[in-house]
Amino acid sequence: MKLTLKIWRQDNAKAKGKLVKYELSDLSTDMSFLEMLDVLNEQLASKGERVVEFDHDCREGICGQCSLVINGQAHGPEGHYTTCQTHLRSFKDGQTLNIEPFRANSFPVIRDLKVDRTSMDHIIQAGGYISSFTGMAPEANSIPIHHNIAESAFDSAACIGCGACIATCKNSSAALFMSAKIAHLAKLPQGQIERAERVVWMVNAHDDEGFGSCTNTGACAMVCPQEVPLLDITRMNYEYNRSLKTIDS
Amino acid sequence: MALNAKIPKGPLKDKWQNYLNNTNIVNPANRKKIDVIVVGGGLSGGGAAASLAELGYNVKVFFFQDSARRSHSVAAQGGVNAAKNYKNDGDNIYRMFYDTVKGGDYRSREANVYRMAECSVDLIDHMTAQGVPFGREYSGYLSNRSFGGVLVSRTFYARGQTGQQLLLATYQALMKQVKVGTLTQYSRHEILDLVVVDGKARGVIVRDLVTGKIERHSAHAVVLGTGGFGKIFYLSTLAMNSNGSATWRAHKKGAYFANPSWTQIHPTALPQAGEHQSKLTLMSESLRNDGRIWVPKNKDDDRKPGDIPAEDRDYYLERRYPAFGNLVPRDVASRAAKERMDAGHGVGSLKNAVYLDFKTAIERLGEDTIKERYGNLFTMYQKITNINAYKEPMKISPAAHFSMGGLWVDYELQTTIPGLFAVGEANFADHGANRLGANSLLQASVDGNFILPNTISNYLSNEIRTGKISTDTPEFDEAEKAVKDQVEKLLAIKGTMPVDQIHRRLGKIMFKEVAMSRNEKGMLWAIEEIKKLRKEFWGNAAISGDEHGPNSELEKAGRLADYLEIAELMAVDALNRKESCGAHFREEYQTEDGEAVRDDENYMYSAAWEWMQGKNWKLHKEELEFKDIEVKTRSYK
Repeated sequence: MKLTLKIWRQDNAKAKGKLVKYELSDLSTDMSFLEMLDVLNEQLASKGERVVEFDHDCREGICGQCSLVINGQAHGPEGHYTTCQTHLRSFKDGQTLNIEPFRANSFPVIRDLKVDRTSMDHIIQAGGYISSFTGMAPEANSIPIHHNIAESAFDSAACIGCGACIATCKNSSAALFMSAKIAHLAKLPQGQIERAERVVWMVNAHDDEGFGSCTNTGACAMVCPQEVPLLDITRMNYEYNRSLKTIDS
Repeated sequence: MALNAKIPKGPLKDKWQNYLNNTNIVNPANRKKIDVIVVGGGLSGGGAAASLAELGYNVKVFFFQDSARRSHSVAAQGGVNAAKNYKNDGDNIYRMFYDTVKGGDYRSREANVYRMAECSVDLIDHMTAQGVPFGREYSGYLSNRSFGGVLVSRTFYARGQTGQQLLLATYQALMKQVKVGTLTQYSRHEILDLVVVDGKARGVIVRDLVTGKIERHSAHAVVLGTGGFGKIFYLSTLAMNSNGSATWRAHKKGAYFANPSWTQIHPTALPQAGEHQSKLTLMSESLRNDGRIWVPKNKDDDRKPGDIPAEDRDYYLERRYPAFGNLVPRDVASRAAKERMDAGHGVGSLKNAVYLDFKTAIERLGEDTIKERYGNLFTMYQKITNINAYKEPMKISPAAHFSMGGLWVDYELQTTIPGLFAVGEANFADHGANRLGANSLLQASVDGNFILPNTISNYLSNEIRTGKISTDTPEFDEAEKAVKDQVEKLLAIKGTMPVDQIHRRLGKIMFKEVAMSRNEKGMLWAIEEIKKLRKEFWGNAAISGDEHGPNSELEKAGRLADYLEIAELMAVDALNRKESCGAHFREEYQTEDGEAVRDDENYMYSAAWEWMQGKNWKLHKEELEFKDIEVKTRSYK
């Protein structure tokens, strides 16, 4: 198949970027989207031209490194897929594709399609953990957890931290990402001790990093590769209000 | 230098405790005067960095990803082993030790394996306390499943994303230490050389992958948790950027490399679909708990799998290995698949796959149960292949996966360079010639969290009076210059052959002759081909762009330059070992029905190779002693 690509090229965070057109032919529908970019980059490199920089690593949908917006949709046309799991069979022969980086105030462009997502690390640093140091743990079966609660905690913990939710949100809010961690730890007995402080610290860090507010449109959950439940945002709000009460007393 | 594994005295079961009783430790007040560099932010590196920071050392951790949460430990699916005996099925530390030594075909170091089994018990407690949502029974207690090569259920799991969940727990512990201020992280930084001063590891030269700047960093000790080098095959289950460069550059500075040719070829990956392919996605071994592997009995049977009746199917693992059936260890399963495919029974358009069929299990347990156990794997399979595996069997194929070999380390996980330690897949000792499933997450985690923090203190206790290590020394000058020269040299090639193309060709040579089945003639051929390819790389590689800023072609080229050297050592190592053991199957040494023939008299050793400045390698042998286990022919029949 043939595709026309319009790819965002930008030298660094301060430079002005623009869409540059490339034509590719002889593509196979079995190719993954990133394998198609590999083909393009091989062509550019052998001509001595600078390749298109894009982030990718595991190529099986779990590391969360790939981060493209394809025709306006974070990760591409298939809901709940990562970019690396998107294959060319999702497109039509001869189609034109706009390929851009994840865009958000808190995601400055590094080059071309690579963005800096350390703002997400900062949210976790603020409180997204259980402060149990190596060596402190009690016997694992001394903390029984209802099967359904463990499964529900997993649904939240499954977040791969790609940032598609943020790139999709019209306010560039990290509410779904942040609430997934807050819900994961609030659901489990191990997470109870730090429960109140955690949510306040993380929400404050979120705002300090320049992420926008959540207005509950739910667009984030439509693209999440792990289908993190939208309900987690409600849980986060509950946790936040609960914590104000707990910390006061 | 003669190898000294420094195995503690006393009976096997007391060795680790004896070590802990007698090792030197560093006073908490002195720890903040000591700097440690950790390379790698995954389960082994990240675990080591977080644990060392918790103890109060100044830790710098470097990794090439944009966040430690993306380290390749994230991709491990099926589980982590621990001898908890929660199932009352007779499991214990000795049995786990026994299974691991047997699984490794009696080529691992006894004391290390026993210690790993011992520490497994604490690891589950540790990870549970960190909030890992392990699978649970309806009683609320932890659940287990079974993995290849064992007869008990000792594998703990978090659906099919166990590696992700353990890694996130480790990442969170790391983030906590960043907040506390004991740990500094350098994301998007790649190590390009190790700096050795007066015979001791004293720092690293790194490249900032955003600015392109070459930086110097010093420390009292350096820990490498940089994973394996299976991506040398290009098509593998590893992440695209996984590489062997950190360990290789340490090797060229004096660290011996042990058993480099022992690569695990995983039996259940997705088959290659075309020339453009960049990656072979793994399907967890846990699927073999409920999936049955088969091929058509007749060659070139073109019927759809559902139309092939039972009498025309060959469940070859159940046929050849009735005791373990579909749960034989990985090396055995991969070789058996290769044998069937070579004999013309492969399935799929390229005839490069076998079926993994869930029909029987779905009939017995229902689709919902299978979904709860493996749902994400079935979804992943569908996303990649567009096939619903609840309705028709998966097609699977062997793929390069794990490096059993790595930097030679002693019992303290210290390499032959004093002050340089290696943890997780980057080292070599625990898995012998074949790693059992779910022992990888285990080894990485216990090395990082429980073993290294206790052994590195023995070395660091002599460093409390050293003071800050200067980076303004001739050794740092020289290492930095060498790194800059190489970058310049790569960019000056200006050829026409894309780096990935050369890497693909290297992968083909390696998969053909230095993978599942090896022979002398093939490997001699491979060595010549590797040398030719190396020449072609340095003469005609197309590396565009410059060194001032991000340049993924330059990064790939640096890693491939190292792979082109590692490849030769892998062939040299495989050539040297004139026996078959575990993943190392020499065609010259097999029984009539195609099983491996070991030579314990001549090859019961780990081969540790010393770099001789590019003029071949010198072999050092670490003889292996098995006092607590009877050495037998490994049989899963």
